[in-house]
Amino acid sequence: MYAKWWYAAALAGAIVPAQAQDAELSKLREALRQLQQQVQELEKRVQEAEAKGGKSQEAAAPAPPPPAQAGRSGGSSAFNPDISLILQGSAARSSLDPNTYQITGFAPSGGEVNPAPRSLNLGESELFITSNVDPYFRGQLAAALTPQNEIEVEEAFFQTLALGGGFTLKGGRFLSGIGYQNEIHQHAWDFQDAPLAYKAFLGGRLNDDGAQLRWLAPTDLFVELGAEIARGRSFPATDNNKNGANAWSVFGHVGGDVGESVAWRGGLSYLGASPQDRAFTALGAAQSFSGDSRLWIADFVLKWAPQGNASTTNFKLQGEYFRREESGALTFDTSSGDYSSRQSGWYLQAAYQFMPRWRVGYRYDRLDHGTVTNGLGLTAQDAPLLLTDYNPTRNTAMVDWSLTEFSRFRLQYAVDRSRADLTDNQLLLQYILSLGAHGAHRF
Amino acid sequence: MRPFVTAMLLVLVSPALAALNVVACEPEWGALAKELGGDQARIYVAATALQDPHRIEARPSLIARARSADLMVCTGAQLEIGWLPLVQQQSGNQKIQSGQPGYFEAASAVPLIEKPSSVDRSLGDVHPDGNPHIHLDPRNIERVAGALEERMAQLDPAQAGHYRERGKAFLARWREATERWETRAAPLKGMPLVVYHKDMSYLNNWLGMRAVGALEPKPGLPPSTAHLTQLLDQLARTPAVAVVRAAYNDPRPAEWLAERAKIPAVVLPYTVGGTEQAKDLFGLYEDTLARLLAIAK
Repeated sequence: MYAKWWYAAALAGAIVPAQAQDAELSKLREALRQLQQQVQELEKRVQEAEAKGGKSQEAAAPAPPPPAQAGRSGGSSAFNPDISLILQGSAARSSLDPNTYQITGFAPSGGEVNPAPRSLNLGESELFITSNVDPYFRGQLAAALTPQNEIEVEEAFFQTLALGGGFTLKGGRFLSGIGYQNEIHQHAWDFQDAPLAYKAFLGGRLNDDGAQLRWLAPTDLFVELGAEIARGRSFPATDNNKNGANAWSVFGHVGGDVGESVAWRGGLSYLGASPQDRAFTALGAAQSFSGDSRLWIADFVLKWAPQGNASTTNFKLQGEYFRREESGALTFDTSSGDYSSRQSGWYLQAAYQFMPRWRVGYRYDRLDHGTVTNGLGLTAQDAPLLLTDYNPTRNTAMVDWSLTEFSRFRLQYAVDRSRADLTDNQLLLQYILSLGAHGAHRF
Repeated sequence: MRPFVTAMLLVLVSPALAALNVVACEPEWGALAKELGGDQARIYVAATALQDPHRIEARPSLIARARSADLMVCTGAQLEIGWLPLVQQQSGNQKIQSGQPGYFEAASAVPLIEKPSSVDRSLGDVHPDGNPHIHLDPRNIERVAGALEERMAQLDPAQAGHYRERGKAFLARWREATERWETRAAPLKGMPLVVYHKDMSYLNNWLGMRAVGALEPKPGLPPSTAHLTQLLDQLARTPAVAVVRAAYNDPRPAEWLAERAKIPAVVLPYTVGGTEQAKDLFGLYEDTLARLLAIAK
């Protein structure tokens, strides 16, 4: 019944403007004809150039001097930075409300850790602008346009190019070099969301404002050492409004090849912070922590491809272990007392490309509540979120399909037991498209 | 303890001092640097002939080698855009940054063909500066050799004479071989071929062979059944002599088409190391010609 109206409306929409635009059409045809002419001329020129390339060679015995930067376009626009844009979105369903997400037994990190919202939704659109500044520096901006219509600066940093001696200095806001996945942008992850350990211990990822110095050893074995100081903008630190750094970290990575088919990297990282009044509210009770936070991460990644050729099949194994110790004072409602915790978590994930374009992946997450003690006499009944002795787990499976290296569609299913005694079944379909300059992906 | 530390330092540092440290992005440039540098160049090649040069990983071992490189020899023209920038950034080595003498782009010594008049990703993974697979035309090798020899002499002035002498000897042998190959390859002129990717264009251009189809529907996209079927129909009307692919290409699409079109599928080494015979640049051309001549009727 209504369908008929729709057809009529659609037809009218298609025909009426077409008639009205007859004049424009002929203009378009003319433009097209001109374009075709231009293409033909260009083709002719290319052929001439190719013929010349061959001839000049035969004529001159010594190789001709290189044409300065063959084929580079000129003009002031040649200095425009590389711009690329990531478009993402998903359709998701989950058996529990994503807005009530929490990880039982762990202090909330305040980061973007909730599962994808239900129904159809836009993900973060990531805009990358990057370029060399001069022979000494390069700069990069990574901005996320959130579905809530906000702009979030994920990264804005400069990096030295000419320090030499294996040193590189970075300053600004950047993804910290600790762990493995932390430095990888979300659109390049093998799963739509972060491992539970990243959610619980780093609020999804660590991108503080600070400075980083890295040194690469002059050896054939990859040995990299790095240190960072930061303002403490994000979990587990707090911005303490004091002179000097509020968080610091050191990390080391070692890597190499095994034959032609295997490349690997392993590392150890440490993040130290002294949060003050790191607050959250649970079940109506305001709680806050002040003291010291120490986090260790051991990470490992291994990539395999037959004879190093990843085009047809390849395999990636990745795992990280987190261990955190916090000690200091806990304020619960109006009372205050000692508090200390030793908690850990890990994940192991694998992704396998079994034929061109298609990959399957599996991830297992687990967090260990460990030991949490307090001097306030609180029990799990008083502060269930902090004190419930519960070990969250999650199983995630995914299959993704990449028509080209610039478009990817992913189906992901997770059985998430982050909340004590509750199982959340999460299903989502995601798209990731990249436009613009050809990005390069980290190992 | 002290002697031990000194010894360790020597072990760590001495290879870097012994010669010009060259990291080649592709095997062909590693082989060329070896011809020009001889024992004065310590060469590390980022990729093997069985790896797709577009898709090398910026893996730790490669970054570690780039850290100590005096010279990085790459193709350029955006062939390595998916991985080389990361290697340069993470190497902490100012010598091999773009624009420095320690970063050598072979493509800038060569007139590029197939420069697209418009660039859009709907055309596939096109290279805006032109086709970067330049090394399968011996005249390009000659051009690059001249420029590379100069660059090596500039970076290592103490050994400049050595590089120039070797360069001269190499070019003399190379020109002689090129003439020989051109005579031998005469029967290949006009031979219609189906290629996998546009990585044989310079070879076709040099020998006057014709690519009548490509297994990739668009540059950089893996062959699809739909496209192969279409190609098979097309071959019924305009036949080709063979389906050729590089050693690093997936063999299955080429075999699928060759079997149905009843023409041979030929593996070409594509670069040094692609076949057992392609041990160096001379072997690469000898073997490529031998394999093509075997199917020419």
